[in-house]
Amino acid sequence: MRTLIDIFLAFFRVGMLGYGGGPSSIPLVHQEVVKKYRWMNDDEFGDTLALGNALPGPIATKMAGYIGYRVKGITGGIVGVLALTLPTIVLMIALLTWFMAYKDSPVIQGMTNAVRPVVGVMLASLAYDFFKKSWKGQAVSVKRNSVIIGLISLIVIVFLGWHPAFVIGGILLFALLKKNESNSQKQAAGGKERKRDENA
Amino acid sequence: MIYWDLFMAFFIPGIVGYGGGPASIPLIQNEVVTRYGWLTLEEFGDALALGNALPGPIATKMAGYVGYLMGGPLGATVALFATVAPSLIAMIVLLRILYRFKDSPRVKTMTQMIRPTIGILLAIIAVQFFVSAWHAIGVFQFVILTAASWLFLEKWKAHPAWVIVGALIYGMVIL
Repeated sequence: MRTLIDIFLAFFRVGMLGYGGGPSSIPLVHQEVVKKYRWMNDDEFGDTLALGNALPGPIATKMAGYIGYRVKGITGGIVGVLALTLPTIVLMIALLTWFMAYKDSPVIQGMTNAVRPVVGVMLASLAYDFFKKSWKGQAVSVKRNSVIIGLISLIVIVFLGWHPAFVIGGILLFALLKKNESNSQKQAAGGKERKRDENA
Repeated sequence: MIYWDLFMAFFIPGIVGYGGGPASIPLIQNEVVTRYGWLTLEEFGDALALGNALPGPIATKMAGYVGYLMGGPLGATVALFATVAPSLIAMIVLLRILYRFKDSPRVKTMTQMIRPTIGILLAIIAVQFFVSAWHAIGVFQFVILTAASWLFLEKWKAHPAWVIVGALIYGMVIL
């Protein structure tokens, strides 16, 4: 029961503090799940986020549902999703009647705008954590792979506008299928050449 | 059968919408306004504006509100379920498979190789937030808020909740 209450509180806070839709609440989920309750470590959180991003649908509820499920089974998953979504849905239905008049008010606009840089800093620092982990204390070959993967991700997602699911799916498949180091280098080179051809 | 329609209307954006809730808003609009005609475009826009002003995920707020409007509490439940459940179940199944082989070298390599991509994805969302804030409040306020957030969060390790509440009050009073 204690755990269920913790799951509820964790995702209730995420829901009530996450402005700007699900993606903006990812650092808050990280704060609760990894830092506060230690239900997962950074690696597991990273895997969950990667797979969540590769699958369709809202991201915050996928995180809440999966983490709740992992901690306390199906009940935990249901509690996670409801704690995240229900309070704000109720708020929305209740407030809609009179809040409409103020939607363009400078106060509401100011609140929404002021919170954006905070979310930006939180996301940037989480991004930095992931970069640091893929670099610090790793073997040279791993460092080199990290740089290559980072650059490919940046180019494919930002400049070619591909959906992240292709990149994540591609990397996961590549890691699953790769046999050994020399083999993987050949495949990586082949993959790069294919991409170059497509660009040309 | 309104409940079946509600389920379908939110099931489709839930499984087609990539990139989190905000990405599925146009798909929800397509179902709710164009296909089923439950709301006019103006009503949908108003609901979206209110939804954006409130905290929490946006897709589920829209599902809950439209579901409630069309089918009461049961309608809201059906729409919420349709939005959340299909992709959540897929996620649970896939991660269970992944963790069964958690200690295999391949899965370890996978975890290792996915990190830079996750870093890039988070950095992209961060940049989007910075750019939209810059446009909305101007350079001066943007620099103040960003610097203050960084100091509180990273240097002084304040809990994000307090920083967010602080920013909300700042926005209410100053902006």
